[in-house]
Amino acid sequence: MTAMIVLIAVSLIVAIGFLIAFIWSVKSGQYEDKYTPSVRILFDDEKINKKEIKRQKIKK
Amino acid sequence: MINLKDKSGIICFHCGDKCRNGNISSGEKHFCCTGCKTIYEILYDNELCNYYKIDEKAGVKNTDTEADKKFEFLDDMEIQNKIIEFRDINISSVTFQIPGIHCTSCIWLLEKLYKLDNGIVSSNVDFLKKSVSVIFKNSEVTLKEIVILLSSIGYEPLINLDKSNAKRKLNSSIHRKLILKIGIAGFCLGNIMLLSFPEYLGLDSLADGNLKFIFNYLNILFSLPVIFYCSSDYFKSAWTGLKNKLINIDFPISLGLTALFLRSIYEIIFFNNAGFIDSLAGLVFLLLLGKLFQSKTYESLNFERDFKSYFPVSVTVKKNGIQMSIPVTKLEIGDRIIIRNTEIIPADAILFNGAGNIDYSFVTGESIPEVKVMGEIIYAGGRHFGTSIELEVIRKVSQSYLTQLWNDSAFKNNDSNIQPLVNKISKYFTFAILIIAFSSALYWLRTDVNLALNAFTTVLIIACPCALALTTPFALGNTMRIFGRNKFYLKNSFVIESLAKTDSIVFDKTGTITNSKNMDVKFTGSKLKLCEYGMVKSLVKNSSHPLSRQIYNSIKMNELYDIKNYNESISEGISCTIDNKKIKLGTIRFVLEGLEKSLCELKKEITGSAFKTNVFLSINESIKGYFSFNNNYREGLDELLNDLNEDYELSLISGDNNSEKLNLIKYFGNEENLKFAQTPSDKLNYIKSLQRKNKKVLMIGDGLNDAGALKQSNTGISVSENLTNFSPACDAIIDAGSFLNIKKFIKFSQTTMNIIKLSFAISFLYNIIGLYLAAQGTFSPLIAAILMPFNSISIILFVTGATNILAKRRKLL
Repeated sequence: MTAMIVLIAVSLIVAIGFLIAFIWSVKSGQYEDKYTPSVRILFDDEKINKKEIKRQKIKK
Repeated sequence: MINLKDKSGIICFHCGDKCRNGNISSGEKHFCCTGCKTIYEILYDNELCNYYKIDEKAGVKNTDTEADKKFEFLDDMEIQNKIIEFRDINISSVTFQIPGIHCTSCIWLLEKLYKLDNGIVSSNVDFLKKSVSVIFKNSEVTLKEIVILLSSIGYEPLINLDKSNAKRKLNSSIHRKLILKIGIAGFCLGNIMLLSFPEYLGLDSLADGNLKFIFNYLNILFSLPVIFYCSSDYFKSAWTGLKNKLINIDFPISLGLTALFLRSIYEIIFFNNAGFIDSLAGLVFLLLLGKLFQSKTYESLNFERDFKSYFPVSVTVKKNGIQMSIPVTKLEIGDRIIIRNTEIIPADAILFNGAGNIDYSFVTGESIPEVKVMGEIIYAGGRHFGTSIELEVIRKVSQSYLTQLWNDSAFKNNDSNIQPLVNKISKYFTFAILIIAFSSALYWLRTDVNLALNAFTTVLIIACPCALALTTPFALGNTMRIFGRNKFYLKNSFVIESLAKTDSIVFDKTGTITNSKNMDVKFTGSKLKLCEYGMVKSLVKNSSHPLSRQIYNSIKMNELYDIKNYNESISEGISCTIDNKKIKLGTIRFVLEGLEKSLCELKKEITGSAFKTNVFLSINESIKGYFSFNNNYREGLDELLNDLNEDYELSLISGDNNSEKLNLIKYFGNEENLKFAQTPSDKLNYIKSLQRKNKKVLMIGDGLNDAGALKQSNTGISVSENLTNFSPACDAIIDAGSFLNIKKFIKFSQTTMNIIKLSFAISFLYNIIGLYLAAQGTFSPLIAAILMPFNSISIILFVTGATNILAKRRKLL
């Protein structure tokens, strides 16, 4: 039966890992706004044109 | 996409409106106004034209050209500190409410603000709340510059210093905590169930004692966060209730939870029995779910607004010839203020210079602007259209005709004294349970102390009114969602209970039972020829004044003429020439310029107020007559009022004169139920007088002048043509399109209350069965594990199912 105890210990560690992930996700505000991120992810990334890179370099 | 052509002409590339003002274009793209063009150019210069690709014609019109001066007050440190949420040496963060946010493009553009200004570090949109949070560098950009930037691209933030922002924050932190608690309770429940499984299947005899020992103690470990963290709100609420000598539903719940917890620990430690920890975790989890279900909020709607959130934060004052911007609260009697186009008049004042054209639509619901001349009193709350005017303040902001309403006691005590049904029941319930528990303990005490303790805790556990506590949140939460789908938005779920009790209904007139969008336009005077109608239509096509739009819509002709010499004098009238005929349309003064003779003749026909709102027409220097505007009653109002008349006492309070009395008396029966020429305070007092007669009043209104009545009434519903618009503080907001369903909503809320009562009865039945089992001594953890979740879940299924089925039957779903 010691195998059972080891298994339970391992499963608890995994479960607690997920619990911590959940607590982190709530604290970081992922449950505040459930709509906007779904839109945001569909925006295309813009191609950074060479002009802009140059401009940024000059600024620096 | 370029050069969008519609049946009726060119459409603005930015905002999608028709281009009326001829040729405003940039490259191949056409715009309806310079505001739109400017925005396009700003975006073009910054390579942000993707904005138009995501949603076509996404733009928001920029009507304000004097934003610079308007936001001067943001340089004031005191005001800045109220708005800015966080500030350190380098960066600050601030959240703006932006009502203009309406589509995907808005999100895209507003999150690219850093491209428009290097001082902005990042910006983050919350679409449902219609807000954007901006983080910026203090050294490179000021708050004022950000607000001006936002206005310049058409997203003018709504800035007010009331407490709604703080309240919103508090709500979101409560919501966050609830989610956390549900997650943790769910986690513990899952693990506890897993560890209790051998017990359920009766395997404990097979497994060795060690294993059972470990399982039981692990269960205790898991129950600790459930009882000390997840259910802490119930204990707190029960305690505050007790302190106020009130026994609420949370008291018997806490009692039950405590009994469950202590009994389980006792069983485990002394007898190595399983205890009731699985039932405990299950109940807490379900209770918290109910809380979440009930707490549905409509984040973009605001139910708490008072005049402060509608009035401007600052106003331009002219002192010794110098113009400066001061907070409205510091406005003194005798100050000269300057009101520009589209600004709101913050205090009662006398018009000193210029021509006023005041739109009181948010105050009274009346959509036609009033023309004011020098020397007239202008009441606070109106929005001015036209060139700047100068006013002299005659009353302080808090003392004005409209705002003194908020000094009434109705606004002082915020919490309503209504006791929810469930709390009333729980008082008796708790006493009954305590009596049963103590008497059974006393009965067994004579034979066995242990048995007495068992009986005592078992009664408390079995009687834990969880089904009772679950009924209300699920029934009300579900009804609230059903209403929400029908565009009837409640502030919170308790409104359903007060709505169900309604026995008399009070209506406001303008904007509530009348439809301010489509007015009845009538022409009085000599009969016009068809071509003359055409000429009028061609003339008004060029003006954006609301009355011009009404006339335009009322003339059903497609033939339009070319016009020359178009001229618009703001708040006076418009004129042009067609085929060498001079057409003038506007106020009597405007039309009569240089025609003094005919005035006398006309006066015979038109009396009194007709001079004010009517639009006169002259063609070739001869007066043809005038257009008059009447508010139309909403379609289907007849049936609605007749329907409601059967079950409720109806009355009407209107700020208008009694010209419509005869039309309305048939619906409201008694003349006493029709009140005209009522001030905002009169309206409030009328509601009070009804309540003194023990009536449960439902007030339906729309403007700021109804705010007092809405607040005082048992349920206040605000009718809104456009949900993003301002609506006064109320319990519920109804979309104008759903107005005719109001009876269905009231009836359905009564049905919901009946369902709740029925499910109370069912849950009492469960309790009696449970108590019977407990008395027999057959109450084992296994029975508890089956009975208690079954009890709770069947109640939840019953109330949500019943509300859904009945809603479907009544075509609300």
